[in-house]
Amino acid sequence: MKFKSILRVISKLLIPAIMLFALYVQFHGDFGPGGGFQAGVIFASAFILYALIFDIDTARKVVPAWVMRVGLASGLLLYAGVGVAGLLLGGKYLDYSVLADEPVQGQHLGITLIEFGVGVTVASAMITIFYLFASQSERPADR
Amino acid sequence: MTVTAFALVRLRNLFAVVMLSGIFSLLAAVLYVVLDAVDVAFTEAAVGAGIATVLMLGTLALTTSVVKEAPQKPIAPLLIVSLTGALLIFGTLDMPPYGDPSAPIHHHVAPRYIEKSGSEVGPPNIVTSVLASYRGYDTLGEVTVIFTAAVGVLILLGGGRRSRKKRRTAGKTGG
Repeated sequence: MKFKSILRVISKLLIPAIMLFALYVQFHGDFGPGGGFQAGVIFASAFILYALIFDIDTARKVVPAWVMRVGLASGLLLYAGVGVAGLLLGGKYLDYSVLADEPVQGQHLGITLIEFGVGVTVASAMITIFYLFASQSERPADR
Repeated sequence: MTVTAFALVRLRNLFAVVMLSGIFSLLAAVLYVVLDAVDVAFTEAAVGAGIATVLMLGTLALTTSVVKEAPQKPIAPLLIVSLTGALLIFGTLDMPPYGDPSAPIHHHVAPRYIEKSGSEVGPPNIVTSVLASYRGYDTLGEVTVIFTAAVGVLILLGGGRRSRKKRRTAGKTGG
């Protein structure tokens, strides 16, 4: 697909917009529809579009597979860690009210953090699975 | 959607089937928007129509794209499928009509979420408060499921035949 100039130009225009939209969905989830799952999936689809248009090897150079594996685990750890932080600060597990001085602010902080963890894990999982499938089809050399 | 579903069953060209299932997902996303479930519509459009289609195409590149004809007409599967479908439809008969204010789901914890979540949790989007705060354990479980799925794919497809570093990672996650 390296020489399809229309596809390349259009996707170059679209990918930043999609990624920006993913971030918007991620951090605006308190106020509008959306949240970590949706944002992660949208982000991953932007990246997969990039990998489809600009070749999987270029995409691997941009974001190596091990980064995605680290992200996969760290998102979940962030989520669980927020719960443990609540425990250490004297609350219940996954009780965010103790994270800040005001309960509502603590809730806000906790929700932002765990939504971010969810987004990171979902995006990394999608991209990891895509990488693996793509590397499978590289073997018979038909790409 | 029904037309797409029937076409999906009848078609023998798998490439067309993959494309049609993407269209089916998009239609489902539109349906969710009509039902005011924008969050679900986001996910359906991105996962069902986008990523799943790409993964299916990746699989097609590995295998053939035309179905082999089944040796005999499958009667027993048809029976089981229609029986299950009939049971499911029978189950929906007991459900209250859509939007019925006296339905049990609107009287359990929902009123409390709607009244109190603004002062207890904060975000104006109640869906977010319920998902992230009231049902924090559930969401943690869902993320764990996604994590486990990705690790499973890693072990099945990623292990054993790439660079040594990656193999070590896969082995570590596999325990």
